[in-house]
Amino acid sequence: MTNSSQSFINIGERTNVTGSAVFRKMITDGRYGDAVEVARQQVESGAQVIDVNMDEGMLDGVLAMTTFLNLIAAEPDIARVPVMIDSSKWEVIEAGLKCVQGKGIVNSISMKEGEAKFTEQARACLSYGAAVVVMAFDEVGQADTAARKIEICQRAYRILTQEVGFAPQDIIFDPNIFAVATGIEEHNNYALDFIEAAKVIREICPGCHISGGLSNVSFSFRGNEPVRRAMHSVFLYYAIPAGMDMGIVNAGQLDIYDDIEPELRARVEDVILNRRADATDRLLEIAERFKGQKGKTQEKDLSWREAPVAKRLEYALIHGISEFIDLDTEEARLAVERPLHVIEGPLMDGMNVVGDLFGSGKMFLPQVVKSARVMKQAVAWLEPFMEEEKKRLGTEAKSNGRVLMATVKGDVHDIGKNIVGVVLACNGYDIIDLGVMVPAEKILDIAVREKVDIIGLSGLITPSLDEMVYVASEMQRRGMTQPLLIGGATTSPAHTAVKIDPVIRCAPVIHVADASRAVGVVSTLLNEDDKPALIAQTRARYERMREARKDGPPKARLPLAVARKAAFRPDWAGYAAPKPTFTGARSFKDIDLATLARYIDWTPYFSAWDLAGHYPEILQDPVVGEAARGLWRDTEAMMQQLIGEAWFRPKAVVGFWGANAVGDDIRLETGDTFFTLRQQMKKDNERANYALSDFVAPEGEDWIGGFCVTAGPEADVIAEDFKAKGDDYSSIMCKALADRFAEAMAEYMHERVRKELWAYAPDEALTTNELIGEKYCGIRPAPGYPSQPEHTEKATLFRLLDAEKHIGVSLTSSYAMSPAASVSGLYLAHPDAIYFALGRIERDQVEDYARRKGWDIKKAERWLAPVLNYDPYVLVEA
Amino acid sequence: MDAMTRVPALEAEAAKRILILDGAMGTMIQTYSLNEEDFRGQRFADWASPLRGNNDLLNLTRPDIIAAIHAQYYEAGADFVETNTFSATTIAMADYRMEALADEIAAEGARIAREVADRLEAEDGKPRGVLGAIGPTNKTLSLSPKVSDPGYRDVTFDQVREAYAAQARAMAPFIDMFLIETVFDTLNAKAAIKALIDLREQEGIDLPIIISGTITDASGRTLSGQTAEAFWNSVRHARPWAIGLNCALGADLMRQHIAAISRVADTRVIAYPNAGLPNAFGAYDETPGQTAVHLGEWAKSGLVNVLGGCCGTTPPHIAAIAGAAKGKAPRTVPVLKPALRLSGLEPFEVAS
Repeated sequence: MTNSSQSFINIGERTNVTGSAVFRKMITDGRYGDAVEVARQQVESGAQVIDVNMDEGMLDGVLAMTTFLNLIAAEPDIARVPVMIDSSKWEVIEAGLKCVQGKGIVNSISMKEGEAKFTEQARACLSYGAAVVVMAFDEVGQADTAARKIEICQRAYRILTQEVGFAPQDIIFDPNIFAVATGIEEHNNYALDFIEAAKVIREICPGCHISGGLSNVSFSFRGNEPVRRAMHSVFLYYAIPAGMDMGIVNAGQLDIYDDIEPELRARVEDVILNRRADATDRLLEIAERFKGQKGKTQEKDLSWREAPVAKRLEYALIHGISEFIDLDTEEARLAVERPLHVIEGPLMDGMNVVGDLFGSGKMFLPQVVKSARVMKQAVAWLEPFMEEEKKRLGTEAKSNGRVLMATVKGDVHDIGKNIVGVVLACNGYDIIDLGVMVPAEKILDIAVREKVDIIGLSGLITPSLDEMVYVASEMQRRGMTQPLLIGGATTSPAHTAVKIDPVIRCAPVIHVADASRAVGVVSTLLNEDDKPALIAQTRARYERMREARKDGPPKARLPLAVARKAAFRPDWAGYAAPKPTFTGARSFKDIDLATLARYIDWTPYFSAWDLAGHYPEILQDPVVGEAARGLWRDTEAMMQQLIGEAWFRPKAVVGFWGANAVGDDIRLETGDTFFTLRQQMKKDNERANYALSDFVAPEGEDWIGGFCVTAGPEADVIAEDFKAKGDDYSSIMCKALADRFAEAMAEYMHERVRKELWAYAPDEALTTNELIGEKYCGIRPAPGYPSQPEHTEKATLFRLLDAEKHIGVSLTSSYAMSPAASVSGLYLAHPDAIYFALGRIERDQVEDYARRKGWDIKKAERWLAPVLNYDPYVLVEA
Repeated sequence: MDAMTRVPALEAEAAKRILILDGAMGTMIQTYSLNEEDFRGQRFADWASPLRGNNDLLNLTRPDIIAAIHAQYYEAGADFVETNTFSATTIAMADYRMEALADEIAAEGARIAREVADRLEAEDGKPRGVLGAIGPTNKTLSLSPKVSDPGYRDVTFDQVREAYAAQARAMAPFIDMFLIETVFDTLNAKAAIKALIDLREQEGIDLPIIISGTITDASGRTLSGQTAEAFWNSVRHARPWAIGLNCALGADLMRQHIAAISRVADTRVIAYPNAGLPNAFGAYDETPGQTAVHLGEWAKSGLVNVLGGCCGTTPPHIAAIAGAAKGKAPRTVPVLKPALRLSGLEPFEVAS
């Protein structure tokens, strides 16, 4: 912490384009990285506040101020000090105020455009939470004499404290330091005017502060630094006791008063205090003599440069210093056999130290982010060498490995995930970042499609923990073998060991504590020699952790018998089930694409492109609207071609069978059975615990329908064609449209079922939006979705429909449909039938379900893993 | 009673005793084991994105639950409840594509709490405050989401300010004070303050402001890197009715930071920690008794004026905290020596 009761606050001005030519050049050249280093050096040399000024005619001041302040906000060793936002343009000041989280100082406002403007700007400063420098400037002009300075400051003080509500201590007056010794007689008293005014202003404006731009005073001695330094020091020597407690000055532009050569000091004092008429001439007489003498310059502490190269790399990583990183990385590279060894050796060692420091609270997040940037630069240096090595060894096309990263469904936090992504990318891994709120299906589909080597899941909120278990169980269900990494604030080794690891046996799961550990884990997992040991160690460790903690706290569910008592019971006596127009399965082909297009729900299409928003409003969205409109133009063009040339050949098969509910199952006249599951959650209201069988009559005549629709296999071929031509964009668009057509086909067929084939709602007239809103009567639940999460039920459906023969859709070993742009489900016609989510179920139902399906309990637990309300692993152990 | 008379009544109470804030909303909602369709209700049955977890949406789809939770907290002894509006901004609702509903959700959240408060107030005459909760959103104004592009921001100050202004305007008719809470990026909080000051000056919406930051980890800093005192210096211009900390830490780890604020803040101090740190399963193990022991000690040490609970706390926790605070004198608001108190990530003071 940097509290100060010092009498004088030194405000650095080297990040001021009007005060530093070097800095101005950096900014006008766009060399912001260098500009940030200037700020860092200033703070390192002791500036307690840094002044940022971008008032240069050629610059967009708002942009330059915003850019620079946002950049230094990311540098904790700069951002630790307050910022003085310095501009003569109000819009630049306001832009700066929108970038600083701390309480800074506005430099400056004044009454030069009248009281109204002054009051307005002061109010704004107050509402942004800044102290303010008020220049002694009014409608008449800039105050030069002591009397004018005092008059203006007193007036401003009254307005600020009485009308605007400023605290006196947040007001800093700048009574104007003007150049002396200019040769113009009226200027001779300017320094003294300031000093005298300061004294009076501090008395009549209690609580306020006095500041000034010191370099002005010596302006006429430009190029003669020793004289200027002496003038600054002497000025302060008198102004500080008079009440000046702040100043814009470079520490390097000051001498210690007692160290000034006595003759020079005496003649400077004559000038500053206007003690004699010939003071200027007398100073000029001797000024040349001092020119060219070097003053003491502030050196950065570079002692760390003496250390061996590994230590230097570590230091640079910890402190986020990129200045020497290329040099040091090169030195380290020359000392090892392969460039990769620099990454795996000193750089990772350094990042591990960063991880330890972060874990123990000695570093905080913005610093870690900086470390990652330095790491990235070091890796960038090594990349050409690694490329060259690959060429030499003929391993060019091989990336180090491909890592998929995603924040799981229901969670929107991604800062940590992004950091891990960058750190891994720095280390030569290809990162496929799916973003946030990513459903398990998408994660795993893409993992398969992109042939990734490792899957990384992130989450910050507690529900994400469940979602991660689900992703792992889905990996198990699909038989995926990629290692699964778990990270994020709420995750823990314990949760990973007890909840995630047990549900996935086909792939290793490893909890990664933080970004700095990620590279070590990933590189080990991708090294075939080292991988088995890490996996074995981790498994053993998790095993021990499970042993140590056997009793988890699952949420109580209703016993199955109680849930069944709460089943939904329509009034069957008063219900006459509508009879379908046919029974058995029938296929439907040659369906016009233009007709189907009207049934498309476009919102998920945009969402497939990561454009969030409802169609059509999304086209006008202020954030993604432009991107959405661009996509929409291209999509419309492809749709036109696609429909005109009939790219897809959508097909459907629909069947109806007599059926009755038997307990929680639906028994068909064919002898087949659809097994359904019943909600077991405790409900706080009168609502039933649903099972799909509740919507089928237990006795008397009733029917159930089933369907499978597909956009056809053509889409995949066309998409491949595009891809082969290097047009990934059209390839993805084609597939996304095929998905939409499959969904539209499901919607279209369901409507035909209601109006014509089952014909229980012949007069239905719903708009596309009403269809999307599921306003129709009856439902079409699909196995694998919330009402019946158990996928193997698809096998029964496909057998009944003979879907492969009719429309060429088959089931993969994991019960996914192929081609992928297909949809299948049941039809239930009862007017009270609703879509519901099963929720978690207890072991009693799993046992019952297994018995009904003729499975053993383990098989049932595997297929029902996502919805189990208990930990089957723990039970087995117990 | 309305806000005009209720605020002075609560201030009079605050002079006499430590006031009690409610506990966690999310934790209580979890006990209802709501599923996707509960969150959707009929109105959003067809909504394209998943809605489970959008707790604020329950203001529209399950107002009965939200009202019941508020009532439980008041009955446990809370003087204030927070509206269920933590994420009711266009920015936070974008995750669910519910930007257009943000105002309605905010207004309903405020209305529900007000109705419960009015009902109980009518029964016994004891003033029941409603704090309009303004969360941090899920975007940060001080941090770049792109690690390799530190100057990048994916949202602007004005966007955040406008989102907060809309939320505040929607809640204002029903609430007694604004609560800018769980501040992990102070610049977001400053955008909220700017919005509230603008509403006061331009629309005459003049309600007291409470501000509560979050120290996120062992470094003792906010996520955006500020120390507790730097945070206070950064938001003091809001002239808050109370300042303090909530969330992220349990009482034991929060104590030193709330003590730091207590030393430097010349306004009331509010603290509502989590029920300890979450265990490996995301649940909170600290019992009402354990929480109350910590907070009782804070009360005894004169650190606080308002006490409550954050994640993992329940009505029994609040009842226990109220019990522990009972009879203990509220912290005396200190008069500080005037000084120019600035801040970057760290505080900086210039004596006047």
